[in-house]
Amino acid sequence: MKKQRRKFWTPLRGTVIALLIIAAVAAAIAWYLQGKNVAVFNPQGTIASDEFNLIKFTLMLSAMVVIPVYIMLFAIAFRYRESNHEKKKVKYTPDAPDMRWLEVIWWAIPIMIIGLLAVVTWVSTHQLDPYRAIDSNVKPLRVQVVVLQWKWLFIYPDYHVASVNQLKLPAETPVNFAITADGPMSTFWIPNLGSQIYAMPGMTSQLSLMADHAGSYPGYNTNINGTGYSDMYFKAEALPTQQDFDQWAQSVTAKPDHKVLDWASYTELARPSRTRDVTYYGLKDDNLYTEVVNKFMEAKTPAVSTNEEGNK
Amino acid sequence: MNEAVEQKAVLHRTTIGFWLYLMTDCALFASLFATYVVLHGSTAGGPGSRQLFELPTALTETLVLLISSYACGMAVLAMRRKNVRQVLIALAVTAVLGVTFLAIELREFITFSLDGAGWQRSAFLSAFFTLVGTHGLHILTGLIWLTVTVVTLLRVGLTDKVARQLTLFSLFWHFLDLVWIFIFTVVYLMGVAA
Amino acid sequence: MFGRLTLDALPHSPITLGAAIGIAVGGIVVVALLTYFKRWKWLWREWLTSLDPKKIGVMYIIVAFLMLLRALSDAAMIRAQQAVFAADPNSPISPDMFQQVFSAHGTIMIFFVAMGVMFGAFNLIVPLQIGARDVAFPLLNSISFWLFVAGMVLINVSLGIGEFSPAGWLAYPPLSELAYSPGTGVDYWIWSLEISGVGSLLSGINFLITIFTMRRVGMALMKMPIFVWSVLTSSMLIAFTFPILTVSLTLLALDRTLGMHFFTADMGGNPMMYVNLIWAWGHPEVYILILPAFGAFSEIVPVFSRKRLFGYTSMVWALASIMLLSYTVWLHHFFTMGSGANVNAFFGITTMIIAIPTGVKVFNWMFTMFRGKVRFATPMLWFMGFVVTFTIGGVTGVLQAVPPIDFQIHNSLFLVAHFHNMIIGGVLFGAFAGFTYWFPKFAGFRLHEGLGKAAFWCWLIGFLLAFGPLYILGLMGAVRRMDHYDPSLGWQGLFIVAGVGVAVILLGVFFQVVQIGYSIWKRKELAVGPDPWDGRTLEWSTPKQIPEYNYATLDAVSTRDAFWAMKHSHHEKAEPKYEAISLPKNSGFGVYIAACAFVFGFAVIWHIWWLAAVSLVALIAASIASTQRQHTHRIIPADEVAETEAKLRGAHV
Repeated sequence: MKKQRRKFWTPLRGTVIALLIIAAVAAAIAWYLQGKNVAVFNPQGTIASDEFNLIKFTLMLSAMVVIPVYIMLFAIAFRYRESNHEKKKVKYTPDAPDMRWLEVIWWAIPIMIIGLLAVVTWVSTHQLDPYRAIDSNVKPLRVQVVVLQWKWLFIYPDYHVASVNQLKLPAETPVNFAITADGPMSTFWIPNLGSQIYAMPGMTSQLSLMADHAGSYPGYNTNINGTGYSDMYFKAEALPTQQDFDQWAQSVTAKPDHKVLDWASYTELARPSRTRDVTYYGLKDDNLYTEVVNKFMEAKTPAVSTNEEGNK
Repeated sequence: MNEAVEQKAVLHRTTIGFWLYLMTDCALFASLFATYVVLHGSTAGGPGSRQLFELPTALTETLVLLISSYACGMAVLAMRRKNVRQVLIALAVTAVLGVTFLAIELREFITFSLDGAGWQRSAFLSAFFTLVGTHGLHILTGLIWLTVTVVTLLRVGLTDKVARQLTLFSLFWHFLDLVWIFIFTVVYLMGVAA
Repeated sequence: MFGRLTLDALPHSPITLGAAIGIAVGGIVVVALLTYFKRWKWLWREWLTSLDPKKIGVMYIIVAFLMLLRALSDAAMIRAQQAVFAADPNSPISPDMFQQVFSAHGTIMIFFVAMGVMFGAFNLIVPLQIGARDVAFPLLNSISFWLFVAGMVLINVSLGIGEFSPAGWLAYPPLSELAYSPGTGVDYWIWSLEISGVGSLLSGINFLITIFTMRRVGMALMKMPIFVWSVLTSSMLIAFTFPILTVSLTLLALDRTLGMHFFTADMGGNPMMYVNLIWAWGHPEVYILILPAFGAFSEIVPVFSRKRLFGYTSMVWALASIMLLSYTVWLHHFFTMGSGANVNAFFGITTMIIAIPTGVKVFNWMFTMFRGKVRFATPMLWFMGFVVTFTIGGVTGVLQAVPPIDFQIHNSLFLVAHFHNMIIGGVLFGAFAGFTYWFPKFAGFRLHEGLGKAAFWCWLIGFLLAFGPLYILGLMGAVRRMDHYDPSLGWQGLFIVAGVGVAVILLGVFFQVVQIGYSIWKRKELAVGPDPWDGRTLEWSTPKQIPEYNYATLDAVSTRDAFWAMKHSHHEKAEPKYEAISLPKNSGFGVYIAACAFVFGFAVIWHIWWLAAVSLVALIAASIASTQRQHTHRIIPADEVAETEAKLRGAHV
């Protein structure tokens, strides 16, 4: 006669083991992430902070649906599994009519939750609109960004300087970005500070960010723009005070043999090349940014952009 | 299986299927219209709709197509009366007018191209040539279809299958006329106004 | 004479060369075997020119599976590069190759794996479930399949001759324009999708008309199986959105081939227009893929709970509302393109609304299980895995539906994890569930359960390992499509875990392949009758070996779950009266038309204009000729039907 084996996987055991595994994985992740910059969850600027709060709120709302779903799924699956029917007095109603009141509940509750989220979405989308300037008493800094293949050009028109592959900004000061691309569609993103926005040739995108305090924050391009796409990594250096920033801007042009950015040197810079070098320029042509945008608007002949890194 | 009932079912399905295809063609033209409208102002310093379009030409094309649609309708009526001779005459008129339409359109395209307003000049012109050209390609396809159907008609006579082909062709032809009305309005009339 | 085709087009890198040679050798082996066993005539007659949707369905699935292997190799290369070679400037996978690899991965998975499996399922299941003998337009069905194959061949040819697109699976301009991608890669992408896209559109029309006009007498719309409803809604989406894809691809092709300026960076071109057009197609496309997966689960859960589907009407409304809403959300793919708050908020809200009917379906499935008798055979395991993973995907989807949140997530690996969550957890798990569920119907034997379960657990655990880290990486700022990153960022550990995950998935695939092989080998032991699962829908009423005509008689039905009603009715089954049955004859026009389309595509890509003209004329001629077929049907006389039925049903115990 076959020996009756006690089943190992009881619902209680299964739930406990599953929760233990989840806890262990969570602990492992937390340990691994120590000291690392989980940028989106580590806001260092006002925009990023607001967005992080939104994430927390939305996750909480979602949990209100998801957790009951998981509990119900496993509870129902376990209770009504075939082998359970023989053992316990589990109801089996193959032709039961649909329970209309249940359907009302699970249409109504998601509708209410989504309704709430919709209102929050409307308000927050307007508040965090990239076209909207940041509320502050401090005079904003103007920065013009030209996304090149495959490097970043930052122009500070009011300070007559420019930097490549490094963004300098004063902390606690709103920065109003005007962003374009001289090349394929790209994206400008500093996750510690906030929103990303597309950079498009012949067009200007707007964005406002503000760093809470001094620090060095990584910046990325998220939209593929050619072979050297993965090289497009820059650092946003937030300096502690406005004076620090002024000092830096002056130091660029103070050196007698400093590089100069005008249309000619810009054209050279804009040629496709992969470089992570940080360079500073004195800005000769204050209208450079506008000229770059207009380059694509001029009719006569198609804008030729040689792709040095030809495919294959 | 009753042969006749089966045949009717097949005809029924083909007709509904063709209507559905026409609706998908609507989606196609809708996308082209949307593109045209968005790119209408993107003339890149080149000629725009006001400089280029000549309403008399467009009106002529419209009338030609409208009359050919009328002729096509006459053909279907004759077909219902089983009058093969009248069907052929009406279809010939339809075809001749269709070719006329294409000739006028081709002449317009060539004139534009020679005047420096070819499809490479600007986004607006690319959109114009593509939208109007797609319609023209549909007309050409219709004419080829018409030819094949007439050849079949001459060979086997006015069978049920041929009658269905003619009915579906007429649907297609009227549909193209309808699309042309939109083109005339959105591209030519609105392009010349304001 | 050869346009821009030169010897330089042959592969340069060892990996590409190896892959191309591998595929070529595989093809040669197949040809050799066919020749040795003298099976060419059989292949042509029994399969390639067959208009039987059951055969066409099997061919779709075989092609889709082969493409799955190719796209999984691409995935393995992506993982390898990011986990192992990211810091190595001399990686065997150059940035340029990497970009072609992920573009091919996405393109093949969506257009040739997912769509292939889907159309395969449509062909195999729909005519049987509505009690019909065929689809509405059998020749068109074959043409659709062969156009799909032509597109598939074109994309594989790019491995050996020329290159593939480096611009991602959607090829945004201006990157995909001549100015920034002058090679043949984007052209291969355009034409393989253009050709197979026409096939898809024709299939959408075909199945819509089939469902509308060929259901059994008495099978009202609200009485048909839910899977058929899911095919109906999916086909509606196909019919009305694939024209938009055709337009988007054509306009890009016109830019690249005729020098037009729709989406160029200059001369007035508007790349944002392309983004809108391609996503106006692209978003409905993902619903096209998921709805039939939902439909498959709606068939499986009731059968394996021995209880009818909870809330049939609700489920239909949910499918229909998802279908309609999917047209209203496309902008959520580019919230960051600067549309302004009103527009962004509108589309964010519509995106959230779509979560509601989707969630409703999950509840309905759960409450089908409630007070049922649930058997956890492999299909049901896939269902459980689906709910667990798809829910996570849904949460991350709702998160990104809030535009300001999306500003921090868009195009990062978080996004990549989200959509793989939906596609693997939803579409792929649904496909595997359906495959395991319906396989015995068509093969006459079950798939080995143990191997099936092993495959499931590998896929589930592998998926969590492969994509869990990607969620975290995205939040750390890791963007999609990168071939290297700064080691100091500390990302490598997570990429290694993800690589292990892909390895586990590949183990799962290995189990699936072994499962099929082993089950074929042991088919006598695994043999089953025509109704192995105690099914509810009509397809289970056919004899074990389904006759070519599916059903000898087209008796009326009167309820949902028609077969269940038949099994449990106490009416005496009357002696069936057999009539002659008309079936379509084979036709090679699918092959000829697709061959012309393939040559045309190849010729345009390589600027071989004379060949393009010739093949275009041939294409038109073949299409016209296909409409002129005489004697398109053959009749099976009534007594032959009776004989076949006696043989097939007599053999069944």
